[in-house]
Amino acid sequence: MRFFSYFRAKFHVIMMKKYVLDLLVRAVEHVSTKHVLLRLTHPEPLPDMQPGQFVEVRIDGSPSTFLRRPISIHFVDRENNELWLLVAMIGDGTRRLGLLKPGDVLNCILPLGNTFTLPQAIPAKYLLVGGGVGMAPMLFLGAEMHRMGCQPTFLLGGRTKGDLLELELFNRYGRVFVTTEDGTMGEKGFVTNHSLLQQERFDRICSCGPKPMMMAVARYARQTATACEVSLENLMACGLGACLCCVEKTTEGNVCVCKEGPVFDINRLLWQI
Amino acid sequence: MADLSVKIGALALKNPVMTASGTFGYGIEFQDFIPLDGLGGIIVKGTTLHPREGNDYPRMAETAQGMLNCVGLQNKGVDYFCEHIYPLIRDIDTNMIVNVSGSSPEDYAECAARIDALEHIPAIELNISCPNVKDGGMAFGVTCAGASSVVKAVRRRYHKTLIVKLSPNVTDITEIARAVEAEGADSVSLINTLMGMAIDVERRKPLLSINTGGLSGPCVKPVALRMVWQVAHAVKIPVVGLGGITTARDAIEFFMAGATAIEIGTANFLDPAVTIKVRDGINEWLDSHGCRCVQDIVGCI
Repeated sequence: MRFFSYFRAKFHVIMMKKYVLDLLVRAVEHVSTKHVLLRLTHPEPLPDMQPGQFVEVRIDGSPSTFLRRPISIHFVDRENNELWLLVAMIGDGTRRLGLLKPGDVLNCILPLGNTFTLPQAIPAKYLLVGGGVGMAPMLFLGAEMHRMGCQPTFLLGGRTKGDLLELELFNRYGRVFVTTEDGTMGEKGFVTNHSLLQQERFDRICSCGPKPMMMAVARYARQTATACEVSLENLMACGLGACLCCVEKTTEGNVCVCKEGPVFDINRLLWQI
Repeated sequence: MADLSVKIGALALKNPVMTASGTFGYGIEFQDFIPLDGLGGIIVKGTTLHPREGNDYPRMAETAQGMLNCVGLQNKGVDYFCEHIYPLIRDIDTNMIVNVSGSSPEDYAECAARIDALEHIPAIELNISCPNVKDGGMAFGVTCAGASSVVKAVRRRYHKTLIVKLSPNVTDITEIARAVEAEGADSVSLINTLMGMAIDVERRKPLLSINTGGLSGPCVKPVALRMVWQVAHAVKIPVVGLGGITTARDAIEFFMAGATAIEIGTANFLDPAVTIKVRDGINEWLDSHGCRCVQDIVGCI
């Protein structure tokens, strides 16, 4: 065990056993014209998963999709033994996921990557910032915090009202604030323009979304001396730290986002913020 | 149960399935999915005398039935390998083989010599065919003189099984194979990736940071198979075949073309347990076709 704790501390790696599983599609909900929610299950109890981690999904029946697709874990419903994935249908591969039907099988490698840092002491004041489909991992993170006895604050942003998904679910676990670029819901503008950020301070910010958004969040965090973690989505092949394709430049050189990330403390990154 | 054991020079493999360098990390990345000691060999990530940061991101582009990469030999150097990685992998009960690269014959030889001293590394694969580095790599593998110079320098200082990995980016791969055989290589493995390119037409920019990269995956298999067949007829040393192998049937094709053993690369990304499935499939095929051992079909074409 000493070896593993050394390994984890040194390399920011989570040592959780990984599996290749044929998951069973239990439900397919088209939550918007561009997004599909997949509720997956398995005859055996699903492996332990932590907020921030992701799965590598094999896309069958799409000739132009050669590699698996990394998809962040949206929610784990332990009571019903379900893993939820929220998928933005962008290319042929992800559109194919939108064609799945209950009863279909989805082959996944899981759980992959590291996790957001959960509070070490209660109470803790966390701000969870999600942009677009980047709001997916924030639900799982918020739910875990709620389970620990924390009430997180969600700040969710989209281009328009239709991009803001499942707000009633987020509402179960904490306060929810929203922005839209066109002003069709919540405050008009980007998440970093929201008045909340002028009114309150937080112990830690966790963020996932488009890189420009995360950089703006990181800038705010630095200005206010707030701890901040971001979840990156560099292009990946293996998802296991073997192929070295998904690297991000850090204070320790190039590291694999799939293994030492996807969650990074902003102080490890070489972003110009 | 057919006899799956094969020999590459003095190196005994319990079965002919190995993993291709750069696709399987140091093996331990896959230990949750397969028993690593069920493989014939694990060829670990390309290692150089000095640490290398590799190329900038993006390093990967998906293509039809394959992918391009331009990782560029990112590794922490041979001393880090010997000190920190070797202790983690030395007791894995299979042939742990190190892929060695460099930017001069002296670099290659020095790196190989340091690995020669490691008791549990019975072989190296000399990478004279990486298309993603400017200094060295493929530069040596595309001429007979360049390939000879590296193998000669390494052979003087490396005493165990020496496999030389060949580049397909040449006009006649058999000439290079003969040249490295003449300098004392114990085996050749082929093919490394085919140099390729992909462009984002909306941004009017290449998809890879250094414009070009190495193509791998099922799309390269027919080219690889043809080259293995040509080389197997040109040299006397055993040939290790790789390039797009995904199924046992693919592997059988390579044996028939003249490969004594095979490596599985890109397919590990699609199914991390593919190597063991291919091994078992080879056994089933041999059994169902009345073959007692792999050698029964090697080079039958």
